[in-house]
Amino acid sequence: MLLRYILKRIFWMIPFLFAVSIVAFLLIQAPPGDYLTTYIAKLGESNEVLDQASIENLRERFGLDKPLYVQYFRWVGNLLQGDFGMSFEWRQPVSDLIWGRMALTVTLSFATLLFTWAVAFPIGVYSAVRKYSIGDYVATTLGFIGLATPNFLLALILMYIGVVHFGADVGGLFSNEYKNAPWSWAKVWDLIQHLWLPVIVLGTSATASLIRIMRANLLDELHRPYVDTARAKGLSEFWLIMKYPVRVALNPFISTIGWVLPNLVSGAVVTAIVLSLPTAGPLMLQALLAQDMYLAGAFVLLLSSLTVVGMLISDILLVLLDPRVKYD
Amino acid sequence: MSRPVIQIENLNVGFNVRQGMLDVLHGISFDLHRGKTTCVVGESGSGKSVTARTILNMVPRPGVINGGRILFNPESGETIELTALDPRGREIRAIRGGRVGMIFQEPMSSLSPVHTIGSQIVEAIRLHRDVSKKDAKAMAVESLRQVEIPNPEKAVDRYAFEFSGGMRQRAMIAMALACRPEVLIADEPTTALDVTTQAEILDLMRRLQEELGMAIMFITHDMGVVAEIADEVVVMEKGHVVEKGDVDRIFYHAEHPYTQKLLGAVRRLEEPATAKVRPAEDAPDILKVRDLQLHFEKREGFLQRVTDVTRAVDGISFDLRKGEALGIVGESGSGKTTVGRCIARVYDPQAGSVDYAGRDLVTAGKEELRDTRQQIRMIFQDPFASLNPRMTVKQLIAEPLIVNGIAQGKELDERVAKLLTEVGLDPGMMERYPHAFSGGQRQRIVVARAIALEPKLVIADEPTSALDVSIRTQVLDLLLKLQAEMGLSFIFISHDMAVIRYFCDRVAVMYRGKIVEIGETEQIITDPQHPYTKALLSSVPISDPSQRGTRQRHRYVETA
Repeated sequence: MLLRYILKRIFWMIPFLFAVSIVAFLLIQAPPGDYLTTYIAKLGESNEVLDQASIENLRERFGLDKPLYVQYFRWVGNLLQGDFGMSFEWRQPVSDLIWGRMALTVTLSFATLLFTWAVAFPIGVYSAVRKYSIGDYVATTLGFIGLATPNFLLALILMYIGVVHFGADVGGLFSNEYKNAPWSWAKVWDLIQHLWLPVIVLGTSATASLIRIMRANLLDELHRPYVDTARAKGLSEFWLIMKYPVRVALNPFISTIGWVLPNLVSGAVVTAIVLSLPTAGPLMLQALLAQDMYLAGAFVLLLSSLTVVGMLISDILLVLLDPRVKYD
Repeated sequence: MSRPVIQIENLNVGFNVRQGMLDVLHGISFDLHRGKTTCVVGESGSGKSVTARTILNMVPRPGVINGGRILFNPESGETIELTALDPRGREIRAIRGGRVGMIFQEPMSSLSPVHTIGSQIVEAIRLHRDVSKKDAKAMAVESLRQVEIPNPEKAVDRYAFEFSGGMRQRAMIAMALACRPEVLIADEPTTALDVTTQAEILDLMRRLQEELGMAIMFITHDMGVVAEIADEVVVMEKGHVVEKGDVDRIFYHAEHPYTQKLLGAVRRLEEPATAKVRPAEDAPDILKVRDLQLHFEKREGFLQRVTDVTRAVDGISFDLRKGEALGIVGESGSGKTTVGRCIARVYDPQAGSVDYAGRDLVTAGKEELRDTRQQIRMIFQDPFASLNPRMTVKQLIAEPLIVNGIAQGKELDERVAKLLTEVGLDPGMMERYPHAFSGGQRQRIVVARAIALEPKLVIADEPTSALDVSIRTQVLDLLLKLQAEMGLSFIFISHDMAVIRYFCDRVAVMYRGKIVEIGETEQIITDPQHPYTKALLSSVPISDPSQRGTRQRHRYVETA
C-alpha cells in the first residue's frame, strides 16, 4: 500500500516538474535582454566594443536568435539526456559548476536540520511540560530574540566573536589548504570544524519557531484523556510524556523537512555571502544577475525538485508516524 | 464484612487558585469492598472524578490533597497509605494499572490515536509483569477475547480510530484488567455510549466482576445505571458525601433531600409529563414528509468512482400535526440527526418531498427558504459549542431579530429581555458572555434564540443529552411550557427513551436510515411491535433495583 502511494507520488512529480521547467524558463527570460546584452554592457564598461557582426555571431552560437519555444525545447531535450548546457559566464558545463556546490549545500542543510531538531526538540518539550517556569520564560525570550534577529547580523556577530576571542578561522567551509584539495578524512574534519558557525547562524530562526510550535502542540496534547490513561497504567512521568503526547505533537517537526531544503538554498543567500560559503545561493544570485540562463535554469529546477523530494520524504515519514494519515 | 480493599477517610482536596485554596472535596469517607460494586453518583461538579483520581494519587493540577487519607488493603501484604506516596514515585506506579485499574469516560480520546490497541495493552502488562513481548501479546489477545471483542488476534494490531465507541470502551476495559487488578475504577464509562452499547458494557462489567472478584468503583450521574449494577451507593453533592448505603436503602428509603431530588428527576422521566398539552384532535398537519432520501457517497481513485454509499436517510415518510411533538429515536448512526437537518435544509435531500404549509422545502429556492427558516428553528445538542463565546447573550438572542429586520434599538432590548424572562433567566444578565452560565442556563439561551422569531416548528437535536438529569427535566418543562403557550410543533431527536416518553406525543423509531415503527409514544413503549424497538427498549436501564435481572436483554440483528 505504502509502496503504491510512493510510486503514485513519484508519478505525479513528472507533470509537476515539467510545469516547473516552463515557469523556470519563462522567469529567466522575463527580464528584458539576454546574456549578450549584459555581456556587451560589461565589455562597454571596460571600453571594449563588439561590432554588430560578432554580436550576431555570438548570438547564433549561443542559440539566442531562435524563438523562445525552440530554445525551451532544446534545453529540456538536453536536460532529459542529463546535459544541463554550458554556462555562458563561466564557459564551463553547468553540471560541473553545480554538483560540487549542491553537495555542500545539501550537507549544510542537513547539518542545520539536525541542529535545529536537536536543540528545538528538548527545549520545546521542556517549555511545554514546565509551562510558566523560569526555564520556559528563558526559552521563550531566547526564542523570540532568535526569531527577530536577521541571520546575516547574527553571522557578523558570531564571526567577530569567533575571530577576536577564539582566533577561529571563520568564513567559508574549508581552510585555505583544503579548498582545492581532493577529499580526505582531514578535509572532512576541516569541514566539520567550519560547519558549526553557518549551522548556528542558519538554524537559529528555524529553531526558535520550532520551539514555539513544539510547545504549542504539546500543550494541546498534554491534557488529553489518553495521557491520563497512560498515567493510570503506571507509566513513569518521563516515558509517559515521551511516548504519548510528544509522539502526537511530532508531526510539525517532520513537516519541516519539506521546507528546510529550498529555504536554505534560496533564503540564505545573504548569509552565505557574508560567510563566503561555497554553497548554491551566491552562485545562483550571480547567474540570475548575469542572465546566465542555463546555469540559473538548472538552479531553479534543482530547487524545485528538492522541494518536491523534501515534501515527499516528510509525507512518507508522516504516514509512517501517524496511522491516522490516510494515503489513498 | 471483611476488611475493605480501599478506605477513604476524611479526604480533603483543594485547588490552589489565585484567590487561595478552594476546597473541592470536604472530608469525604467511604469504602470499597472486594467483589462489590460501589456507585458514586452526583451531578457535574460534585467531585466524583477528583475522588477517583485521588485514589491513584493523580490529582489534576493545581489540586493538592490537604487532609485525610486513602488506605489500600491488598489481599496479601501490608496496608498501603496511597495518599502518602510520592505521586511520581515507583510505589504508586506499581499500584496504578497493576493493582488498581482505571477506565475513563471518553473511549474516543482515552486511547492513544497513534499506537495500536495491542501495543497499549502490552505496555500495561509489561509494566507490571515480568514477561516477554511475545507472552505479553498473547495475554493481550486473551484479555481482548475476555471482553468479547471479535477476532482478537486481528484486533490487537488495529488502531483505536478503527473501532466503534463500544469496542473502544471494551478495549479500555481489557487494558485496565490486563494485570488482574484488585480494584477497578470506572469514571462514567458508559455516558458517551448508546443505550444498547451501554447495556452490553454493563453486562460485561458485571460478568467480569463475578469472574475476577474485584471491587468496582463506578462513577455515574445516571440513577438508572445505579439501579442496574450497584451494591453500594455513595451520593455526592458539591464535594460532600451526603448519603451512602446499600442500593435498596438508597432507592427506597432515601433520607437526604438531594438523593430524593436525583431519584425524583429519574422517576419523573418514567412517565409522560403531567403538564403536557396534547394537540387538538382536529389539528391540521403542519409538515408532511414523503419518501425523503439522502445518500452519502464515498468517491475514490483517479476517476472518483463511487465505491461506497451510506444511506443515511433512506425513504422516510411521516406527518406532523400542529402543536404535536414527534420524537425520533435510534442509535447513533441511525440517521435521526440527518433527517432533522434535511427538513431544515441544512443538508439537501436527494429525493422525496417535505411539504410545509403547502410549500415543498426540498425544491424551495433561496428566497423561499429564508422565509420558512423564520418559522422552522433548530436547537442543538451541545450548549457549549452552539453559542459563540465572543458574543454577549444579548447579541446572540438579538441576531435572528436583526438579520430578519424585525426589531432594533430599544424595541430590540425589550424583546430580548422578554425572551430571557420567558425561558426563566434574569434579563439583567443579557450583557454577559456564555461562559458565565452553566450548561442548563446555556441551553435556555439557545432556546430563547430559537423562539425569538416566534417559529411554528422547532427541530431539537438531542437538546438535553449534555445536561445533568435534574437540569434535563427543567429544560424539558420549559419546552413544554413554550409549546403550550405558543402552539409550537416539535421534532425531537434523541437516543433517550425516557426523555422521549416524557416529552413526545408520538415517536418514530429509526434504524439504518429507515423508520421501522411509528405511533403513539405510550403504545410504542408499552407494546412495541418491531423487534428493533423491543431490543432498544430492553436496553434502557430500569431505575428500580428490585427489578434487576428480570428482563432479558438482546441486541437486534437484522435478518437479511
